[in-house]
Amino acid sequence: MRWSAILKRLALIPPTLLGVGAIVFVLLRVVPGDPIAMMIPPGASPADIARLRALYGLDQPLLAQFVTWLGQVASGDFGRSISLRQQVFELVGARLPATLELAALAVALALMMGVAVAVVGSLLRGSRLEWLLDTANGFFLAIPDFLWALILLLGFGVLLPLLPISGRLDPQLAVAFRTHFYLIESLLTLRFDVAADLLRHMLLPSLALALPFAALVARLLKAQLAEAEDQDYAQIARTRGFSRTTILQREVFPNALIPTVALSGVQVTLLLGGTVLVERIFSYEGIGNMAIDAVINRDFPLIQGLILTFAVLFIALNLAVDLLVAVLDPRLRHG
Amino acid sequence: MADLILSGPISAPASRWRSALARGGARLWIGGVLVALLLLIALFAPVIAPHDPAEQDLMSAQLPPAFMRGGEAAFPLGTDSLGRCVLSRLMYSARTAVSVALIASLLAAIIGIALGLVAGAFGGVPDQSVSRLIDVWMAFPPVLLSIVLAAVIGAGLVSVIAAIVVVDWTRFARIIRAETQAQLARDYAAAAHVLGLTRAQALRLEILPNLVPLIVTLLAVEMGIAILVEVILSFVGISVTGDTASWGGMITEGRQIVYQAPWIMALPILAVIISVIGFNLLGDGLRAALDPVQRR
Repeated sequence: MRWSAILKRLALIPPTLLGVGAIVFVLLRVVPGDPIAMMIPPGASPADIARLRALYGLDQPLLAQFVTWLGQVASGDFGRSISLRQQVFELVGARLPATLELAALAVALALMMGVAVAVVGSLLRGSRLEWLLDTANGFFLAIPDFLWALILLLGFGVLLPLLPISGRLDPQLAVAFRTHFYLIESLLTLRFDVAADLLRHMLLPSLALALPFAALVARLLKAQLAEAEDQDYAQIARTRGFSRTTILQREVFPNALIPTVALSGVQVTLLLGGTVLVERIFSYEGIGNMAIDAVINRDFPLIQGLILTFAVLFIALNLAVDLLVAVLDPRLRHG
Repeated sequence: MADLILSGPISAPASRWRSALARGGARLWIGGVLVALLLLIALFAPVIAPHDPAEQDLMSAQLPPAFMRGGEAAFPLGTDSLGRCVLSRLMYSARTAVSVALIASLLAAIIGIALGLVAGAFGGVPDQSVSRLIDVWMAFPPVLLSIVLAAVIGAGLVSVIAAIVVVDWTRFARIIRAETQAQLARDYAAAAHVLGLTRAQALRLEILPNLVPLIVTLLAVEMGIAILVEVILSFVGISVTGDTASWGGMITEGRQIVYQAPWIMALPILAVIISVIGFNLLGDGLRAALDPVQRR
């Protein structure tokens, strides 16, 4: 990707975020439920209600509210959550690491599974087993993450109770953390019992997120491997007497990787979006689960902050994938 | 080459259909059968369901399926916590799912195709505005957007359909825009221009018919997605209200008593999986059968 293309992409980010913000803002203001009605004690006087509405700026005209909010957001102030009565920025900051750790584990699991399936599938090319593997792969691809979450919850949480199905950490493990990246912190501070418990809680939700993504990676990579294996350089390596595994490893794999990263990288945003429901199903304390609560509680500032967070993550991911492809592919480096 | 084609029998529509079916392969057949089964169950639910889906019988609540120990023949797949027949509720839920899928996918398709065609065909300002709109949409987490929308509109089937349409029109718009551009670059589009057709006429008479296979495929996939969104919204608690049976509602109810009666949650999940696999296979099969690239 050329620098000018990157600059163009960067220039499109602010208007996109502005659009996202405007749509959410308008959408939320036509919600029939009143957030104030949910926080007042019974028997509050109309004057109290009016004062609360004024406190959250809900008595202003829509456009004035939007402009005020934009000004605040621009200065890093995302407002106060109505239902949790804390700064949105702090709330999101405390929950985002949980979601990022979960998504990162899911992507890691998916890459391992996807690459393994693609390589095995390539070695089985033309056999009956390949057909079986492809069919199974299609099945894993067709079922979305939240259905996997329900299936895993039923299978390994209820029928064969091997793993915890709720929360991020066993509450009996009373640990004080400095950061909100629990997994990374516990690994760095060598508290492996805590890390193991965190991983046990993360395994089912991250597997649910990983399975369809792994199937996608497997399908894309396998097709790319097949294509790369038919190229001249692979044929030449074969005539020089290298074994099929060596050729796959040394010649074919690196070349098949670039298009796979380009095609599957964008889909990581889908995985990230999937955390909303998967976290909900496993009562995992990330921003996805928080977002659903925020919608149910009509917590405008929190919903706005969370959706903007997701939007920033999505845009950043897309850009990162493009840059990664540019770094991996020497042909694109000089445009 | 040209002589060969001219001297051979000109392929009649019937044989083109047959070769298309052959290209679709097993996926097309299995997917078609599963989807047809779903449509039939949805259509004839009142006739084939053994019970009224809302009929409660608290004396026989949480019965296991008939083939399990303690099951009763009157309730082939058992009962839920209010003593309602699970099989009947599954069948009526298919009705809900199919109505949502049909209406929502068609509406999303109409909006998406219209915007995609305009953007693809006219370029310039229309293309820029549609493309920027799609950019903004793609920056939303789709699940969260539909949850917010459904919350805004309020519970009910209309709200579920609206949420699906508003979120998913981009699926059609993006692909139709790209395909329109690709088709316009072909010779036949240029020929239409030479023949004196206006841009709008060429779109309607030449381009759109060539997009039909793609649209059919997209529709099949979208219906599977729409069924999932209905389940998601029910699961979050903002889909259809109380009395209307829906798979998502059944899963949510089942989850609360999953330790006592896991089948109440498992059966609707199974129904959703079978439907989604059916629509996916049908979509894949249709793509293989209708794709003009594979036809050549």
